[in-house]
Amino acid sequence: MKVNLRIWRQADADQRGELCSYEVGGVSEDMSFLEVLDTLNASLVARGDDPVAFDHDCREGICGACGMMINGVAHGPRRATTACQLHMREFRDGATITVEPWRAKAFPVVKDLVVDRSAFDTIIQAGGYVTAPTGSAPDANAVPVPKHDADDAFTAAACIGCGACVAACPNGSATLFTAAKVAHLAKLPQGQPERYSRVVDMVAEHDAQGFGGCTNTGECTAVCPKGIGFDVIGVLNRDLLTATLKRQAR
Amino acid sequence: MSIVDRWHATRAGALWHSSIGKKAVMAITGAALLLYVVVHMLSNLKFFLGPESLDGYGHWLRSIAAGALGYEGFVWMVRVGLLACVILHGVAAVQLARRARRARPDRYRTRTRVADGYAVRTMRWGGVILALFIVYHILDLTTGTLNPHGVHGEIHANVRADFDRWYVVLAYTVSVVALGFHIRHGLWSALQSLGAAGREQRTLRRIALGGAVFVCAGFLSIPFAVITGLS
Repeated sequence: MKVNLRIWRQADADQRGELCSYEVGGVSEDMSFLEVLDTLNASLVARGDDPVAFDHDCREGICGACGMMINGVAHGPRRATTACQLHMREFRDGATITVEPWRAKAFPVVKDLVVDRSAFDTIIQAGGYVTAPTGSAPDANAVPVPKHDADDAFTAAACIGCGACVAACPNGSATLFTAAKVAHLAKLPQGQPERYSRVVDMVAEHDAQGFGGCTNTGECTAVCPKGIGFDVIGVLNRDLLTATLKRQAR
Repeated sequence: MSIVDRWHATRAGALWHSSIGKKAVMAITGAALLLYVVVHMLSNLKFFLGPESLDGYGHWLRSIAAGALGYEGFVWMVRVGLLACVILHGVAAVQLARRARRARPDRYRTRTRVADGYAVRTMRWGGVILALFIVYHILDLTTGTLNPHGVHGEIHANVRADFDRWYVVLAYTVSVVALGFHIRHGLWSALQSLGAAGREQRTLRRIALGGAVFVCAGFLSIPFAVITGLS
């Protein structure tokens, strides 16, 4: 099959970008979307042109490195799927596909489709950890965790920090990301000592990084490649309000 | 310590400073306004019981705790409370909308919404329509300035005079439908903002839709009864 790609090209954060059209032939429906970009880049390099820059790493859908807006949807049309696991069978032969980087003030474009997601690291540094001695691995079941709490924590911990939630949110909010990290630790006994200072610090950092606020549109969870549920945002809100009312923070 | 720092150190200041806290303020003020709207809608239905019932109700409302607060004292307390709610709700909404605009200065060239519906997309402008409607509604049926009958205390006659005119019915219909959409997203969104939504999101969304339809139907029954000559 053959596809027409309209790809955002931007030399660096300070330059103006624009959508450029490329025709890519010889596409198999079993190719991943990133492999189509690889094919395009091979021909661009052969012509002596600048290849399209995009982030990718494991290409197994578990690392969170890849991510781009494909036809206006984060990670493309297939639900609970990263861009690297999106296959061309999702598209028609001859389709025109628009590809843009995540757009958010807190995610400046580095080049083409690559954005700087350091703001996520900063939010984690503000509280997304437990202060505990980390020697050798503790014995299994040394700290009892109820099964449903373990399941909830694990589901929240599935967040790979790809940034699709921010990209999809009409408010440019990173609430789903922050909520997943907060809920993950709030559900476990190890997370309890810092539970309420953590949520206050992480939300404060989220706001300071210039992300927008949540208006409960649900766009984030619809595009999340790991299917992080909207309920984690409820946990985040509840813990933040509890922390504020209890004044346990700081 | 500056005044701003001192304000942020208070509970209310910390709440107002955070994007989640502002949503909590919007949720609580929205819930208060929704409670008022439901009581308002139910008491409106006295229209169907005739002029004595509706006008008498208006008089009774003004005489609540008249001994302690004076005639209309209670009504004024409610009005001040509602105004405070509207102001807090509106200011938080505007600030969050501005924050959202700043969070994405460069728009997508192609954008496809996958989850949200009409109600979600119209919350902000719907809110503006509601604010304008409240001003008109007060000038119409509270002060009587814009009412074709406009006699204080003759509530039933004022309402009937209003809804004999198709353009007034149209204005009220548009506003009530805007209110319905606002409730449809706002009711469950408020519970989510307060962390009270839990996992039962689907049920809550249905309750919000049911509540919105209930309020819309109750409010619209009167103008449509008048203009179709049923009442």
